Amino acid sequence: MKRRIYLDHAATTPLDKRVLKEMEPFFSERLGNAGSLHSFGQEAREAVEKAREDIAKAINAGQEEIYFTSGGTESDNIALQGVMKANREKGKGLVTSAFEHHAVLHTAQHLEKKGFDVNFLPVTKEGFVELSEVEKALHKETVLVSIMHANNEIGTVQPVKEIGEMCRERGVLFHSDAVQTVGKEKIDVQKMGIDLLSASAHKFYGPKGVGFLYKRAGVKAEPIAFGGGHEKGLRSGTENTPGIVGMASALKLAVKEMAEDNARERKLRNKLIDGCLEIKDGWLNGAREPRLACNAALGFDFVEGESMVLMLSDKGIAASTGSACSTKSLEPSHVLRAIGLPHVKCHGSLRFTLGRNTSAKDIDYVLQELPKIVQRLRKISPLGGK
Amino acid sequence: MYSEKIFKEFRHPKNIGEIKNPDGVGKVGNPVCGDVMHIYIKVGKNKKGEEIIKNVRFRTFGCIVAIANSSLLTKMVKGKSLKDAEKITKKDLIKGLGKMPPIKYHCSILALDALRKAIQDYKNKKGKAVK
Repeated sequence: MKRRIYLDHAATTPLDKRVLKEMEPFFSERLGNAGSLHSFGQEAREAVEKAREDIAKAINAGQEEIYFTSGGTESDNIALQGVMKANREKGKGLVTSAFEHHAVLHTAQHLEKKGFDVNFLPVTKEGFVELSEVEKALHKETVLVSIMHANNEIGTVQPVKEIGEMCRERGVLFHSDAVQTVGKEKIDVQKMGIDLLSASAHKFYGPKGVGFLYKRAGVKAEPIAFGGGHEKGLRSGTENTPGIVGMASALKLAVKEMAEDNARERKLRNKLIDGCLEIKDGWLNGAREPRLACNAALGFDFVEGESMVLMLSDKGIAASTGSACSTKSLEPSHVLRAIGLPHVKCHGSLRFTLGRNTSAKDIDYVLQELPKIVQRLRKISPLGGK
Repeated sequence: MYSEKIFKEFRHPKNIGEIKNPDGVGKVGNPVCGDVMHIYIKVGKNKKGEEIIKNVRFRTFGCIVAIANSSLLTKMVKGKSLKDAEKITKKDLIKGLGKMPPIKYHCSILALDALRKAIQDYKNKKGKAVK
């Protein structure tokens, strides 16, 4: 069989088989709607509430502060739209960064169009939001600051604890899109001063289509969709019982195995980065640390990311380009532009994200194939010396 | 997302490289927008005495579709008279490559621009003005 190596774990992770086993009964025999009064419903409710408790514990939150959603995008939307709309009497100010995930960025842009006052903070060349920038942006009418925990493209981990503490001192709410870090980095919403946090199960070996929003008790937020009033009215819609059970199970495993997974992935990741940096005119996007253990965001001059991705795919290696000329857009990645990378370099970016099953052999294979691919594409390219 | 033809053309591109002492060169695009194409031509004559593209080569920096377009276009024009080569349209190229997102149509335009520039360059060198 053709060798296949999956190195795109920041896009999505495989469902852990142990998790699948826990989910299975909830698709069929334990079919109840958690909103029903009969025993089937009660069983489902019990499972949903147990999951809520487990998830709350994993981030040191209260059980009543966890809201189930369909994933990161919905959680981000409720956090931003819901909080800004519900706190109009305090002001219109929202502070976020220029390199947030589109779920935050586009929501913030939408709010701006609707008359809210949004500040998109610049980030450093190394890929960090600076505390001083956040401080400068805060004003009397600032309601919410939303800064991601780790960047999805370049993996740099943001100083959320410091930002959270400052927001708390200034009486401003703090949301963090932690889609890339839940289950991968330690999260303690108390210690980190986080008022709202978004997460998505399929990023930590759970199922797709389910996520959660942590919202500190007492934080005012409006729903963005209306219906039967589930999740205390904040997120209507029948609870995705198998998904919720799977998410809790996956998170428990991820937290338990976090230290071990990270140590292993970081070692392999460093080997991959070092090997790639040996390729002429190759570079690493963002500082090497603090960075997600799984992330190697690289770039190569004179070649284009999409071409590299397809050639790697032909060799059985799944990577991604966070960059330009994707089928959806011709614009270079806003993340790479935000860290000040020139346009032409943005086009040459290539992201590998490792996972639980990545082996040293996989990395060796990538390091054997990638230089040949870069070389082949450079032969086609009119740029660079020949 | 892309047709099999695009993948095939990208995986096995023809006519890569430069031509030494070319008769015409067409350079288009801009690294800022992510596509740069260079087309080199050598012009000869066929039995009827018409000017033809005797040899053609390209270098492209760009996405899969950009590279596929460059390769296909060079294959299409090799051996063709300049007149016929100039008649090739964006539609011909897109038809030749099959399904692609409309956002990628500009890659075909870019390849044609490069070719036309190369032919123009040849004509300019020969002192022939184009209507």
